[in-house]
Amino acid sequence: MRKTNKLIVVMFIMTIAFIVTSCKQSGSNSGALNNSAAERVFVAPGEYDEFYAFVSGGFSGQLAVHGLPSGRLFKIIPVFSVDGEKAYGFNEETKPMLETSYGFIPWGDAHHPDLSQTNGVIDGRWCFINENNTPRIARIDLTTFETVEIIEIPNSAGNHSSPYVTDNTEYVVAGTRFAVPVPQRDMSIDQYKGNFKGAMTFVKVDPENGSMSLEFQILMPGFDYDKAHPGRGKSHGWFFFTTYNVEEANSLLEVNASQRDKDFIAAINWKKAEEYMKAGKFKTMPVRYAHNVYEDATHSATSTMKKTVRVLDPSVLPGLVYFLPTPKSPHGCDVDPTGEYIVASGKLSANVTAHSFTKMLKAIEDKAFDGEAYGIPILSFEAVNAGSVVQPGLGPLHTEFDGKGYAYTTFFISSEVVKWKLGTWEVIDRKPTYYSVGHLMIPGGNSQKPFGKYLLAMNKITKDRYLPTGPEVCQSAQLYDITGEKMELLLDFPTMGEPHYAAGIPADLIKANSKKFFKLEENNHPYATKSEAATKVVRKGRDVHIYMTMIRSHFAPDNIEGVKVGDRVYFHVTNLEQDYDVPHGIAMIGANTSELLIMPGQTETLVWQPTKPGVWPFYCTDFCSALHQEMQGYVRVSPRNSNIKLSWSLDGE
Amino acid sequence: MKSRIVFLISLAFLLSACGPADQQPGSSANFTKNTPKGQASVVDDESAKNILQIAASSPDHTTLVAAVQAAEIEHVLVNTGPLTVFAPNNDAFAALPAGTVETLLKPENKQKLAFILTNHAAPGTYKGRLLKDGRKIYMATGEYIPIRRDGDDIYIGDAKILATIDASNGVIHVIDKILLPTEK
Repeated sequence: MRKTNKLIVVMFIMTIAFIVTSCKQSGSNSGALNNSAAERVFVAPGEYDEFYAFVSGGFSGQLAVHGLPSGRLFKIIPVFSVDGEKAYGFNEETKPMLETSYGFIPWGDAHHPDLSQTNGVIDGRWCFINENNTPRIARIDLTTFETVEIIEIPNSAGNHSSPYVTDNTEYVVAGTRFAVPVPQRDMSIDQYKGNFKGAMTFVKVDPENGSMSLEFQILMPGFDYDKAHPGRGKSHGWFFFTTYNVEEANSLLEVNASQRDKDFIAAINWKKAEEYMKAGKFKTMPVRYAHNVYEDATHSATSTMKKTVRVLDPSVLPGLVYFLPTPKSPHGCDVDPTGEYIVASGKLSANVTAHSFTKMLKAIEDKAFDGEAYGIPILSFEAVNAGSVVQPGLGPLHTEFDGKGYAYTTFFISSEVVKWKLGTWEVIDRKPTYYSVGHLMIPGGNSQKPFGKYLLAMNKITKDRYLPTGPEVCQSAQLYDITGEKMELLLDFPTMGEPHYAAGIPADLIKANSKKFFKLEENNHPYATKSEAATKVVRKGRDVHIYMTMIRSHFAPDNIEGVKVGDRVYFHVTNLEQDYDVPHGIAMIGANTSELLIMPGQTETLVWQPTKPGVWPFYCTDFCSALHQEMQGYVRVSPRNSNIKLSWSLDGE
Repeated sequence: MKSRIVFLISLAFLLSACGPADQQPGSSANFTKNTPKGQASVVDDESAKNILQIAASSPDHTTLVAAVQAAEIEHVLVNTGPLTVFAPNNDAFAALPAGTVETLLKPENKQKLAFILTNHAAPGTYKGRLLKDGRKIYMATGEYIPIRRDGDDIYIGDAKILATIDASNGVIHVIDKILLPTEK
């Protein structure tokens, strides 16, 4: 009898709970997602979006350019992976971009785009993005929206805490996620503890042309280095890296790297590092890393293998590095626009932790140490901690800022974005994401001057959010309006690959600089052909070089004879157009490579090795003009022993 | 008789209370209540069962499931995880002082209830040999609860693990006591 009563009570309570929650649900259905939300993301045909969003393609290796608030996709910039559409990594000009110390690598794992800054404000010149698997950093020129430089990072493995631009784009960094033997050598994995190292690499950026050079490395203890953020304003000159696995476990990290109460944020004084460099306190280490540069003038890339790196040892260089104890495997490491708060999200922690830069300096001055690790002082948690956001959600990851005193943190496990107030640590609002949010982005939210109008949350899981596409479904981004006290969900849209992170910027800072075409007279490609009169075909042994041009709507030459089986045929094709948005393409039957997609004024090269005698067509792949279908040609291929003379023509001439 | 009346009244109240509320089709419809649409609302009867689905289908865990719904933390239990959930059975709840469950299920106690329930979940998949004697499990509340082995029996805090069920997003250990947080 008593049991039955209890059952009734429970059933009744369940019903009430059900009602209460379902009523709330119908209430919110009529809230944010109504017509006004649609109007706020609608960009009328012919109108422009207010912001660019550079959204990481994650394991696609590329970078997607979207508009906000519409979410429309404009371009996919190939960075670390080959791209048959744009011939990136397929044509002769861009193959050197993917050279590494391991040879040519056709794929990369792109992670965090970040924009160049001047005086702590995003300036719209370059976008940097790191590659995790084969440690690299790339620079994308925001006048051409093309990858123009890739630098490999030696002594590193899993380049995750990267690139994160300093206030004046002095440096981008590369913190190794996986500790490894430095230098690499054959040794027992059991000997990890104390022997593996974590290299923090500082890459200097030329303020004039953006060119990157590996300035120095700091060889840290063998923890896992996860995320990073430079100091801003008052903390300019410092760099902060989150660490996990200070246990130095080398197996089943799921359990074994989660045993300690606190891991660290490593605070690196890079101005001090510069002093030590100047004083010659570094060691030069032999390494091998590729430095690849693409030049617009030649429309070609070169790859140079570099041989040394200068290394600083923090265990013997006082004042270079301090550890800030931070709860439970911190992931996100974010510095607020004033530079005062260093916000860390222990991904297993129940709280979000904020350290104070001012308190950190005082703790250093007072020597408020709580031991040391490998000669690096550990500051006392109480001496540096500014406060914590208590129990805001489950699985905190990343934080961005709106410049109005509020911070926004993502929670993976509870699938939500939580808005909280810096200084008081109180939760102001929370909104669900669909589902399992990773990074978030506020345009400029990683600088001293955020443009706090929109927040883009990037989700790892979408399950039933879109029409299904088999077992593999897209990941997504969700746009929130953050101008009010409460966040409002406006839009969600699918993204390419995994949107690890994004960088947003007002369109006005970029769009006027966007190049319309390349000037033919400035084309210094060694195989450029600047007029139809200059077209020719030249044989050098078994290599046949075709100096070809394209213009609406024909190739010159378009009939070529005298090519033989076993030749290596180079189509060096120049687009003669000097007009915006008139690219031409070329594809050759049987070529073991991609098409070329050539912008006006540009020269690209396709290599074809014919294997069979016959007459083989090529054609324009980009619907360039009304007579695009007429844009075609033939190459006659004769047996190896034939005597057909090399000849070429257009319209019989 | 009395029970049937209460049930019918509840049902009538439920049907009339919200008018054209969201009508989720499929078997997971009951778990969708705290957002316009959340991950717990995903209709999927083909995938291996997740922690919430397993708990919901267990006659020994009706109180726990009711509590999860009242605390609005369903989405956590269907998240990709991995999570280890120590799931107190109905007897564990019944063993609490009289009136405790009823009080906790009141809407005004939602946060307190959520905190208590969260103290039963740990990030990571802890099972088998990973439940080492003396290992402290870091729960999602931030509290540590030690594992104790006694012969073949395994305890988390004072609660004995009665059964272990693999879930698609982690593991469930059925336990015979509530793991009350020490903090609040």
